[in-house]
Amino acid sequence: MELIWEGIKHACWLLLTGDAEVLGITLFSLQVSGAATALSLVVGIPLGILLAMKRFPGRSLVVSLINTGMGLPPVVVGLFVTIFLWRSGPLGFMELLYTPTAMIIAQVVIAFPIIAGLTMAAFQSLNPNLRLQLLGIGASTPQLLWLLCKEARLPLLAAIMAGFGGVISEVGASMMVGGNIRGQTRVLTTATVLETGKGNFEIAIALGLILLLLTFVVNLLLTRIQQREQLRWPKQS
Amino acid sequence: MAEAVLTLHGIRVRYDEPTVLEVDSLAVYPGEILAVMGPNGAGKSTLLRLMGLLQQPTHGKIYFHDREVIPTDGLAVRRRMASVFQEPLLLNASVYDNAALGLRLRGLDRHSIERRVQPWLKRLGIDHLVRRPARSLSGGEAQRTSLVRALALDPEVLLLDEPFSPLDPPTREGLLLDLERILREAGITTVFVTHDRDEAFMLGDRVSVLMGGKLLQSGPTTEVFAHPVNLEVAHFVGFDSKIPGVVESASDELAQVRFNGGCAQVVGNFQAGEQLFLCLRPEDITVSLPGAEDRKSSARNRLEGKVLKVTPWGAHYRVAVGCGENRLVAFITRPSFLELKIAEVDEVVASFKASAVHVIKRK
Repeated sequence: MELIWEGIKHACWLLLTGDAEVLGITLFSLQVSGAATALSLVVGIPLGILLAMKRFPGRSLVVSLINTGMGLPPVVVGLFVTIFLWRSGPLGFMELLYTPTAMIIAQVVIAFPIIAGLTMAAFQSLNPNLRLQLLGIGASTPQLLWLLCKEARLPLLAAIMAGFGGVISEVGASMMVGGNIRGQTRVLTTATVLETGKGNFEIAIALGLILLLLTFVVNLLLTRIQQREQLRWPKQS
Repeated sequence: MAEAVLTLHGIRVRYDEPTVLEVDSLAVYPGEILAVMGPNGAGKSTLLRLMGLLQQPTHGKIYFHDREVIPTDGLAVRRRMASVFQEPLLLNASVYDNAALGLRLRGLDRHSIERRVQPWLKRLGIDHLVRRPARSLSGGEAQRTSLVRALALDPEVLLLDEPFSPLDPPTREGLLLDLERILREAGITTVFVTHDRDEAFMLGDRVSVLMGGKLLQSGPTTEVFAHPVNLEVAHFVGFDSKIPGVVESASDELAQVRFNGGCAQVVGNFQAGEQLFLCLRPEDITVSLPGAEDRKSSARNRLEGKVLKVTPWGAHYRVAVGCGENRLVAFITRPSFLELKIAEVDEVVASFKASAVHVIKRK
């Protein structure tokens, strides 16, 4: 217990004193995972909407792939991204391995199926006639999509939360494609692994707690928005 | 007749085989309320979606003010119409925001929107609910909001897809009466789809009967309800008794028709030997006990039969009477039922006027 207590105290100390390295790692983690989530939204939301609203040949195959992708082990993602970016690999000429870009690519591969899958579910949970109704009062296609996104905003928020939560907390892919290089590609999860390996449990716990706090704060904010809307207007039966 | 606002020509809709909708020609004229009536699954909603340009036909053309609608001007034409569906389909926002939605989509400024929405909120009696979230509304209030959202657009054609069917009877009645008044006052061209013949009769200036994806009859409401062209339409507009018979003798404007279980006189010019169906509405048949018929009654036709079934039917009793192999269905009032004290297998006399019979020729 003392080990944990010391870890918590150390974490508080690091946070309060604003330790430059920890702050750097934290900000870097947020940048990488934030960028990966944002990119995944750009790709995942339109794909999710397309899968929910259109029927086309091969759709069920894409849906199956997305569903599989939602549970993709980060280590496997790390492995394949590494192979692709390896010097002799297909994209080796880009020299991206062990760079933040490689980490963002790997995290996009992890987050985008989660966001696409949950967006599809969010749109499928809307009343199918709502689309016709909105067109029936004169919505153009962009207006229709915007209104449907607004209507599905609560489950869409859940999709963003799940996507961000998935990448901020993964370690395998970041370790493999980033290499955990101090000051360059080290993020909270890889730093925690390293410190634990070295037996520096206090720092590892501190980093772990920061990670936990970070995830908690981001999710708390999104959950509060979600719940406020749900509770404000009870649905009349 | 004035130029049609909306015309459908040679329409076919096929999802897979068979064809779900087959309409050769249907026009909607300015200021009229066209009721499209038919049972569930007849293709009514598909027809309405085609009219609202919310669905493409497999074949056929749609004209708006005599100009064929092509995909590129779909949005512009769609914005001159408005649809209201069976469900209110409101957004998770306030009543006002929902009512104003269509005008916002057209890019109108705040003041213009308010000027156009407010009178309709008032006319439909929901002006006190403007700040309420749509999801807290009752079914009737939500459907009124949906109607305001459509009416505020000042549509050239208002398309209503069974907007009253999910409502409880008192709410439905109130909304139906309000809407009937509003549509007549404002002279809004309306296509109204329903499976309820009473609603069609009440609202429609003209009625089109759609069954199995085909338009069986179109015409002025009273005409369609009084003179259905075939047995299916007759059944749908309320002729519950349909007796096959043969003309025995015919004179000027009156014919004697024989059928299994008796004979009856009907009004009209027929020829002896012609095969007919005699169609009767339940409210045109009176039931009495043998020997106690009303001698003052002008009913020319009196058929003896046995009571097959008595069923409470709203404010009335529905009495099925077997005459030979035929079955007559009559409505009797509650006082009459208590007075007659009839039950199954009792002998009764079913009477009806010669002029009450609608005749459909058998092919």
